[in-house]
Amino acid sequence: MTVETVARSPEGAVDPAALSRTALAVREHVLAIGAGAVGTHIGGSLSAADILVALYFEVLRVRPQEPRWSGRDYFVLSKGHASAALYSTLAERGFFPRSELASYGHPDGRLMAHPTPAVPGVEFATGSLGHGLSLAVGLALAAKRAGRANRVFVLLGDGELQEGTVWEAAMSAAHYRLDNLTAVIDRNRLQINGSTEDRMRLEPLADRWRAFGWQVSHADGHDFAELVPALRTPPAPGGPAVLIADTVKGRGVRHLEHRKQSHFAKLGPDAYERALAALRAAA
Amino acid sequence: MTTTRERGAPARAPAPDSDRAAYRATLLELARADGRVWCLDSDMGGLERQFEAELPGQYVDLGIAEANLITVAAAVASTGVLPFVNTMAAFASARALEQVKIDVAYHALPVRIVGTHSGLSAAHLGPTHHAQQDLAIMRGLPNMTVMTPADPAETVRMVRASAYLPGPVYIRLGRNPTPPVYTDDADFTVGRAVRLRAGGDVTIVAAGALPVRFALDAARRLAAAGIEACVLNMHTIKPLDVAALVEAAETTAGVVTVEDHSVLGGLGGAVAETLAEHRPARVVRVGVGDAFCSRPGSHEEQLAQCGVSRDHVVRAAESVLRGRPDVRISTEQGESP
Repeated sequence: MTVETVARSPEGAVDPAALSRTALAVREHVLAIGAGAVGTHIGGSLSAADILVALYFEVLRVRPQEPRWSGRDYFVLSKGHASAALYSTLAERGFFPRSELASYGHPDGRLMAHPTPAVPGVEFATGSLGHGLSLAVGLALAAKRAGRANRVFVLLGDGELQEGTVWEAAMSAAHYRLDNLTAVIDRNRLQINGSTEDRMRLEPLADRWRAFGWQVSHADGHDFAELVPALRTPPAPGGPAVLIADTVKGRGVRHLEHRKQSHFAKLGPDAYERALAALRAAA
Repeated sequence: MTTTRERGAPARAPAPDSDRAAYRATLLELARADGRVWCLDSDMGGLERQFEAELPGQYVDLGIAEANLITVAAAVASTGVLPFVNTMAAFASARALEQVKIDVAYHALPVRIVGTHSGLSAAHLGPTHHAQQDLAIMRGLPNMTVMTPADPAETVRMVRASAYLPGPVYIRLGRNPTPPVYTDDADFTVGRAVRLRAGGDVTIVAAGALPVRFALDAARRLAAAGIEACVLNMHTIKPLDVAALVEAAETTAGVVTVEDHSVLGGLGGAVAETLAEHRPARVVRVGVGDAFCSRPGSHEEQLAQCGVSRDHVVRAAESVLRGRPDVRISTEQGESP
């Protein structure tokens, strides 16, 4: 178990193959959780998995044995329904034993289906959408005023951007010139009822963020060679940055990809074996 | 019932004529002494002239966006900052309720939410700005301490006492100038009622500036008729002073509650629930009926229309003493006990 306090290779070359192996492990955990007693939000967990692995293994300065270390970079999972991916990534990173993942949703465990700070490595309870960017703004503002070097990251769902509070927070981040704040959007283009563009249009998304005073960049949310440099690069001085990560809901399990039905699932034994086989075949 | 003198020096703040002015002066005093004390504002007017001008590094204006305001406060509090959040009671308790519930209360963070214009004190501004449900809402949130002062001097003591409480706090202030109830050196302890007047016939439990004033005035009128009323200032709605209420139920004929708030779920609700479990007694609630206040008027005029006045308190006390089962507080606007 690693206790490193900085990114694995902060200045060096990214090893996409190693990251892919970790991401595969995370996705396997997500499917196992989905096959558990309470099911989980599989589609959005699989779309976010590579972003989380890139952050926790190559970007965030964290101490898994000292989760509340004051020098840490903060991460807020605003799309809290992707708890299975977050818990799995935290377990792989060494915040708590992988074996604990089996307790997801169990009454004698601490792994609530939406994240809670009782879990090592979780900063805030999230799950009601539209809170995470405001939390990140508060963290970034406090760090900046205290002269601390912590970076702040927040991962938002794309459907979540329909919540008005996201834009209250976006306005305040730009107003206070929070150049220690990076938002990442898991742009998988699906919400429960269907396509985000059919249900409540988000485009022109980049223009909207720019109009709110943010620096905007894009990356393939499943390509570590693009994701890691994009996440490592801090915002230019003077304002916050948003990375729009193009992703695929259900990514990694061919028959779940791009399907709104993957949003939440409780996998029976056969469905679990089929999904696991598809995941491994595609890896 | 006992109260303990607050530690520290007696008030040296000026003698402001409103709870809001007293709050602002005390917040500035706290922030000068402790850099962790921040003022988070929402375009409320006044704080920018005093607090921001002197301590800009401890002041943040989040603009007219109360939901973001509350969540940002929770996040800065998680880093060790002690934020006082300034908005109107109506917006803190309703518009930003989910942020208060999840980001502040669920995380048990030391955010001090100060809601002004509480009850009907926004008066002619109307129900968009009235907050007649905020006590019921806030006391329903786990971890939350809920308080409302009786006058500017008590505001000073309450704000000081709140600064270092471990969890979230909601302080409910009115909008208007309020006459003094206390001298500066009165006792104040969070969760301890203050007995403002002794009396063995009936107990009047009040919270907030006008309700406490009405209770004291009603007690004087009752005394002229030979009825001695004990008056308790229940400045802390949660945690409620159970011992004081049990003592009131045991030593007097019953309890009248008085509040600038709906009769549903606020002080009266809390007192009735508590006594029903601990020491059943007759309770009559004087509060705003279950309706929106639809006519313009002064604060006192609107309260009277809605069921809260000195007369209502007197009649409620008399009904407690008569023990008449048919006497009740209607939940409809304008009816009286």
